[in-house]
Amino acid sequence: MILSNLPAIQVVLPLLGAVICACVRRGVIAWGVTLWVALAMPIVAALILAQVYDGTVISYAMGGWPPPIGIEYRVDIANAFMLLLVSAIAAIVVPYAKQSVEAEIAPENHAWYYAIFLLCLSGLLGIAITGDAFNIFVFMEVSSLATYALIAMGKDRRALLAAYQYLIVGTIGASFYVIGVGFLYSMTGSLNLADVAGRIAEIENSRPVLAALAFLTVGISLKLALFPLHVWLPNAYAYAPSMATVFLAATATKVAVYLMLRYFFSVFGASFVFEELPVTEILMLLSLAAMFGASIVAIFQANVKRMLAYSSVAQVGYITLGIALANQAGLTGGIVHLFNHAVMKGALFMALGGVAYRIGSVRIEDMAGLGRRMPITMGALVLAGLGIIGVPGTVGFISKWYLGLGAFEEGWWWLVLLLVASSLLAVVYIGRIVEVVYFREESRLARKASEPPAGLLVPTLVLVAATVYFGIDTSLSVGVAQRAAELLLAGVR
Amino acid sequence: MTGETLIYLALALPTLGAVLIGLTAWNANLRETVTLVTATSLFLIVLNLLDRFMGAEALATAPVHVAPGLDLAFSIEPLGMLFACIASGLWIVNSVYSIGYMRGNREPRQTSFYICFAIAIASTIGIAFAANLFTLFLFYEILTLSTYPLVAHKGNDEAKAGARVYLLILLGTSMVLFLPAVIATAVIAGTLDFTFGGILAGRTSDTVIAILLALYVFGIGKAAVMPLHWWLPAAMVAPTPVSALLHAVAVVKAGVFSVLKVIVYIFGVEALSTAGNATWLVWVAGFTVIVASLVALRQDNLKRRLAYSTVSQLSYVILAAAILTPISIVGAAMHIAAHAVSKITLFFAAGSIYTAAHLTEVSQLDGIGRRMPWTMAAFAIGALSMIGVPPTAGFLGKWFMLSGAMETGQWLPVAVIVVSTLLNAGYFLPIVVQAFFKAPGKEVKAHVKGEAPFPIVLALTATAIGTVALFLLPEIPLALSRMLAGG
Repeated sequence: MILSNLPAIQVVLPLLGAVICACVRRGVIAWGVTLWVALAMPIVAALILAQVYDGTVISYAMGGWPPPIGIEYRVDIANAFMLLLVSAIAAIVVPYAKQSVEAEIAPENHAWYYAIFLLCLSGLLGIAITGDAFNIFVFMEVSSLATYALIAMGKDRRALLAAYQYLIVGTIGASFYVIGVGFLYSMTGSLNLADVAGRIAEIENSRPVLAALAFLTVGISLKLALFPLHVWLPNAYAYAPSMATVFLAATATKVAVYLMLRYFFSVFGASFVFEELPVTEILMLLSLAAMFGASIVAIFQANVKRMLAYSSVAQVGYITLGIALANQAGLTGGIVHLFNHAVMKGALFMALGGVAYRIGSVRIEDMAGLGRRMPITMGALVLAGLGIIGVPGTVGFISKWYLGLGAFEEGWWWLVLLLVASSLLAVVYIGRIVEVVYFREESRLARKASEPPAGLLVPTLVLVAATVYFGIDTSLSVGVAQRAAELLLAGVR
Repeated sequence: MTGETLIYLALALPTLGAVLIGLTAWNANLRETVTLVTATSLFLIVLNLLDRFMGAEALATAPVHVAPGLDLAFSIEPLGMLFACIASGLWIVNSVYSIGYMRGNREPRQTSFYICFAIAIASTIGIAFAANLFTLFLFYEILTLSTYPLVAHKGNDEAKAGARVYLLILLGTSMVLFLPAVIATAVIAGTLDFTFGGILAGRTSDTVIAILLALYVFGIGKAAVMPLHWWLPAAMVAPTPVSALLHAVAVVKAGVFSVLKVIVYIFGVEALSTAGNATWLVWVAGFTVIVASLVALRQDNLKRRLAYSTVSQLSYVILAAAILTPISIVGAAMHIAAHAVSKITLFFAAGSIYTAAHLTEVSQLDGIGRRMPWTMAAFAIGALSMIGVPPTAGFLGKWFMLSGAMETGQWLPVAVIVVSTLLNAGYFLPIVVQAFFKAPGKEVKAHVKGEAPFPIVLALTATAIGTVALFLLPEIPLALSRMLAGG
C-alpha cells in the first residue's frame, strides 16, 4: 500500500510533520520530528526513481479523482531526479540544522522554524511531483511563503528587509505564473499539464498561447533568479539563517529550473520554443550576462555569503545555458549541474555556517587568518570552491564538460571560450577568499575560532566528499541526467 | 606485483607521504625522514617500472570510467617513463636540499611546504603516466593548485602578488585554451586516448589542426612559450627549493612534456610534418628562445636570470619538437632530461649563495668562488651544460636538435640554436669568470663566511655529477628517446 502511494507520501509526510512541529513547543522535539521526516524523504524519492528509471511514467491520481479534472501527480525520470535532489539535500541539512539554529535563532522560535522548513520542503517537493498547473501554483506559494518566513528569521536586521524584497518580487513572479496558467486554461480548457500538451499543438501560434509562454517564462525566471530578475537573491541568501541559506541555495532555484524544463520541453515542445521562437538566443544572452556579470560583482563583495550568492546567480546562468543549447549534451550538462551545483553550493554555505557559528560573522576581513584556526572547514571551503571553478576531479568540471560538448555540437566554438573564460572569474573570487583566509594575519574575531562542532562539520564534509566523489563516479548523476535529457527532448509526457 | 599495481603505488606513495608528513609535523626530524623515505621508495618503484618497461612489458591500468568518453587511465610510454625517472630521482635530491635550505634559513610553515611538495610530485607522476588527455589535464591542474601555496610560501605581499600571477596565468591558459582544445579533440576524434601516430589525422581540415595546435601550445602554459611566460619570473618570489622544483623537477617539465606528448600522440609527428601546418611553431619557439635569452642578459637578479634562461631552454624542446623529425624528437626528449639536471644544479647554487651569504644579485658575486668552491664549481658545470659544452648533458640535447634541423635543411632552427648558444655564454660565463677570477668584492667579503650547510652542498654536488654523468652514460635516456621517436 505504501509503495503504490509513494507520490502522496512524498508531499503529505512533510506537511504532517509541519503541523506536528507547529503544535510542539520545544525546539528539540520539533527538530527530532523534522529529522525523522527528512531522513524518510530520500528513501521515498529513491524508491520513486527506481520505478521510473527505465522510462516508465508514474501517474498517480490524488485522492482517487481521475485526471484531467482531478489533480494528477505525474513522475518521470526528470522530476524523480528533482525529488531525490531536494530530499537528499534536506536529509543532509537537518542534522546540520540543530546546532546552527540553536546559535542563530531565538529559542522560542525553534519549533516554528522547523514547521516552516517542513512546509517549504513540502512545497518544493510538491512543485516537482505534480502534473497539474494550478497545483504547481499552490505549492509554489506554499514554498515561497515559507521561504520568506525562513529568511526573515535571520539574525541580521536586514533579513527582514531581504525577506520583504523577496516577498514582493516572488509574489510578482507567482502572479505572472498564474496569469500564464490562466491563458493556457482559457485556450485549452485544462489545467493538467499532459492534457494541455496534447491540446496545444494545433493552437500553438495563437496570441494567447504565446502570451501564456511569455508570462510563464517571466514568472519562472523570477523564481530561478535568471539575470536580470535575480535582484532578490543576494540579500535573501546573505541574511537568511545559515541553514536556510544552505537549503535554499541548493534547492529553491533548482526546482524553478525544473519548472522551466517541464514547460519548455513537455508542454510547449522543444521545436516550438527553441526553433520557431527566439528563446535560444534570448536565454543564451541572459545566461552569458549572468555568468559574467554576476561573477564580476561577486569579486567585489565584502560579505562572503553575498559573494557566493552572486556566484549562485552565475551558476544558474550555466544551467540555463544548457537549456538554451537544447541538444542532448547541453541539456545533460544543464540538468547535471542542478545536482552538481546543489552539492557544491551546499558545501560552501555549510562551511560558512560553521564559520558564522564560531566567529559570528561572515565578512571577509573577519575571516582573515582562519586557515590556521579552522583548517578542516577552510579546507572544505577551498575544495568546494575548486568545484565552482570547475577543476577536473570535482563535479563542477563534469557540468562544464557537457556544456562544452553541447556548444561544440551546435558549432558555437566561441561559446565554449566564453564558458571557460567565466570560470576564470570564479578563480578570482575564490582566490580572494583563499588569500585572505590563508595569507593574512588573524583578525580579532578569528583569534578565538576553532573548528565547529561535529554536528556542523560532518554534514559539511559529506557534501564536500560528494563534490569530489560525483566528479569521479558520475554514473548516477550523469546517467540520470542523460536519460532525463533524452526524455525531455523527445517531448514525451 | 603487477605493473598496474605498481603504477597505482607510484601515485599513492607520494600522496600517502603527504598525509604522513602532516601527521609527523610535531617532530621535524621524523617529518624529514618521512619525506626522504617516500622519495627514495618512489624512485625505487619508478626504477622497477623502468626495468619492466625496458623488458617490453606492457604497463597500463584498467580505465576508471568517470563519464561517457572520460576515463581515468594510466599507461607507460617512453616519454612518460623518462619524465617519471627525472621527477622521482630529482625529488630525492631536492628534498635533501630543501632540508638544508629550510633549516638554514629558518623558514616558517615547513610542514605545509613538504606536504605541498609531495602532492606536487604525486601529480607529476600522474601527468607522466597519463594514458589520455583527461587524466593528463586533471593532474596538470592539480599540479598548478598544489604548487600555488609553495610559490606563495613566504606569505608577504610580494609573494602573494607573485603567486597570484602564477595562478591566474596557469589556470587561465589551461581553462581558456587547453580545455577547449581537449573538448574539441574529443568531439573531432571521438576519443582522448594517447595513440602513437596521433588521433586527429584526416579527421578535420588543416586549418583546424593548426588552430588546435596553437590552443595546445599556448594553453599548456607551463611550457612558458612567450608571451605567456610571465608566471615563471613572477614565481621567483618562492624559496629556492620551490624554484628548483618548478624549473627542473616538475612544473616546466610537465609543460614541455605535455606539449611533446600532444604532438607525438595526439597530432602525430608524421601527420603534422606532411600537412606542414606547424611551421609557425618553429617561429614562435625560436622567438621565445632568442628573446628570453636577450632578457636574461639584462637581469642582475640571479634567480630572474635563471628564470629567463629556463624560458629560453624550454622553447628549445618545443623548437626541437616543431622540427618534426625523429632525430629532433630524440633531441627534445634528451633536452628535457639534460635541462632538468643542469637547471636544478644552477638553482641549488643560487639558493646556496642566498643561504650562506644572503646575496641575490650577480653584481655582488665577485670572487665568491674562492670562498664557496663547491657551490661555484657546480654552478660552472650547470652553466656549461646550458651553453651546451661537452662533457655536460646539455651538449647531447643540442647535438640531436642540430642534427635534426640540418637533416631537413631548416636553417632557422640552426640559426636560433647557434645564436642562443652565444647568448647563453654571454650571460653565464661572466658569472663563472667573476666568481673565480676576480678579487672578492665588498659584499662577498662582508657576508660570505664559507660554504652553505652540508645538505645543500651534498645536493648540488650530486646534481652536478649527474649533469656530467648524463653525458657519459646516456644509454637509458637515449634509448627511451629513440623509442619515442621510433614508436
